[in-house]
Amino acid sequence: MTADTYAATGAQPAMAGTKADAATGPSGPRPKRISPGRIGIYCFLIIVAAFFCVPLYVMLVTSFKAMPEVREAHLFNLPREWTIDPWIKAWNSACTGRDCTGLAPGFLNSVKIAVPSVFISIIVASLNGYALTFWRYKGAEVLFNLLVFGAFVPYQVLVYPIIIGLREMHLFATLPGIIIVHTVFGMPILTLLFRNYYSSIPLEIFKAARIDGAGFWQTYFRVMLPLSVPITTVAVILQVTGIWNDFLFGLVFAGKDNIPMTLQLNNIVKTTFGTVEYDVNMAATILTALVPLAIYFISGKWFVRGIAAGAVKG
Amino acid sequence: MQTSVSVRDLSLNFGSVKVLENLSLDVGQGEFLVLLGPSGCGKSTLLNCLAGLLDISAGQIFISGKNVTWEEPKDRGIGMVFQSYALYPQMTVERNLSFGLRVARMPAAEIAQRVQRASDILQIGPLLDRKPGQLSGGQRQRVAIGRALVRDVDVFLFDEPLSNLDAKLRAELRVEIKRLHQRLKNTMIYVTHDQIEAMTLADRIAIMRDGIIQQMDDPHTIYNKPVNLFVAGFIGSPPMNFLKGKLEAGSVKIDGTSVSLKGYDFTKSMEGADIVVGVRPEHIAIGEDSRKMPVTMEGDIEIVEPMGSDTIAWTKIGAQPLTFRAAAEIHLVPGQKVAFGFDPARVSVFDAASGVRV
Repeated sequence: MTADTYAATGAQPAMAGTKADAATGPSGPRPKRISPGRIGIYCFLIIVAAFFCVPLYVMLVTSFKAMPEVREAHLFNLPREWTIDPWIKAWNSACTGRDCTGLAPGFLNSVKIAVPSVFISIIVASLNGYALTFWRYKGAEVLFNLLVFGAFVPYQVLVYPIIIGLREMHLFATLPGIIIVHTVFGMPILTLLFRNYYSSIPLEIFKAARIDGAGFWQTYFRVMLPLSVPITTVAVILQVTGIWNDFLFGLVFAGKDNIPMTLQLNNIVKTTFGTVEYDVNMAATILTALVPLAIYFISGKWFVRGIAAGAVKG
Repeated sequence: MQTSVSVRDLSLNFGSVKVLENLSLDVGQGEFLVLLGPSGCGKSTLLNCLAGLLDISAGQIFISGKNVTWEEPKDRGIGMVFQSYALYPQMTVERNLSFGLRVARMPAAEIAQRVQRASDILQIGPLLDRKPGQLSGGQRQRVAIGRALVRDVDVFLFDEPLSNLDAKLRAELRVEIKRLHQRLKNTMIYVTHDQIEAMTLADRIAIMRDGIIQQMDDPHTIYNKPVNLFVAGFIGSPPMNFLKGKLEAGSVKIDGTSVSLKGYDFTKSMEGADIVVGVRPEHIAIGEDSRKMPVTMEGDIEIVEPMGSDTIAWTKIGAQPLTFRAAAEIHLVPGQKVAFGFDPARVSVFDAASGVRV
């Protein structure tokens, strides 16, 4: 005890020194300064942002110009006379080959393909993830690894075998056919997503549900599904974007009655009568991209949150 | 006493790993049994087997006289409380409590009545409309207990229910669980690694290691007459002193010091064998009090740990460290010479080779 006291007294001159410093030295929050490095980072970010924004800007302004104005080739100028005619034409009267129906039928087809595909694939994948996480049946691990492996198989390799398979089932070039294809190809990544999410739910919740007498389906519908909102949002965004933007499967499997919007867009852009209607093409492109964009902007916050929730545990 | 839970030759293997082997135990009607042991000893596994959450490899389980070995958890007449509370996050407290009853399609009036009763007993009435996320840890655990309560079962299973709570709350809920048991008189099986919880709550404690029950007795016997070195070392804080020596003519020779064991009740003759003498720190008297003890000696104090309520001090017999517990008023300084003594009738003697009490 006494030794401590001496030590404290001995330290006092040094303490006095720090006290003198206290009057002038730093205190409170550290002032924020902009360093050259920071300026560099901002410059880089601005350039990158411009790189992606400029084409979008050009598309937008072009789509509001009439053709004579487009031909002047002032790419970056705002339209002198704003017109929405190219948009209207793109929607309902642009020509693909001999049919001049615009994008509208394609939009409808895309909805018919995307809605059931998204719904079915998410329900099946979440059931997969749920069963793989909580009901550890024999071979579950092997099945899961096979499913994940499926995520790395290039689509193109499988196109021909699937054509034959669907033909044998008389589903080739039909709406159910393309829905099956989208559901199957969404399965690996979605199952992975749901399984990782369910792994982050404490196992004890599942045990508690079993003690409470809930079986496979009750636990799924009443306990697990209500907890899956964040990850389901992620899955919806992934699937809507993926299926809406799909070109290959639509081209091969949809059949000519169910041509999705992306294909319709391609046909419109490729069909020309003398002059290329840049304004209509631009409007059609933006229209096609609108659905995934809207989905993302509406639920983007949930998307990040859900991805983070699923990523915690592997 | 009528048996409530009975386990016969239970074994559980995960592949080639034997987690539980040939385990048998009987729990009386209304008894509070605590399964105590270090982590990985199989105590939670055993509880999960009783609950039906793990499929066993061999053996039988009886609950309330019924063979439930192949029954689903819900049909076993058990309620379970988990360490992480395991409340359903999206449901209100009321929905949490009633979930099991709604799954069983019980009439609404009956559900309401049972929820009412549970919330009265646990005093969670004001919380019924809240979600688990808005509750404190103690409140959540109360709801979790309530979920077992509404099921109106014979047997309660607790899987380390207090481990996620802070020390103060743990002490409070401990008393509350004891009160609940006195009121309901259900059979309760309680898993913990906390010896204070075990000592305070249990009618009987089963101490487990490596999937085997080492000793199953009332807390007093466990504490005073541990059957082997593991039990002796596991129970008690600070732990029991273990002094190694050779038994010669009723005395033990510890590093040259001969200590009489006259008065100890040997179950078999160990003459000339290597033994371990276990002395509880709280059974050692010092200073004036030590003179009344049959065995007395002297030693230098090495380290002093004041705990507030009492003081733990370290000394030596020969080269072997010895701790003792002294009243807080006694002023002890390192280096000081102190007289201490103990009663051989209260020590435990173990065979050094097998670790078994003799």
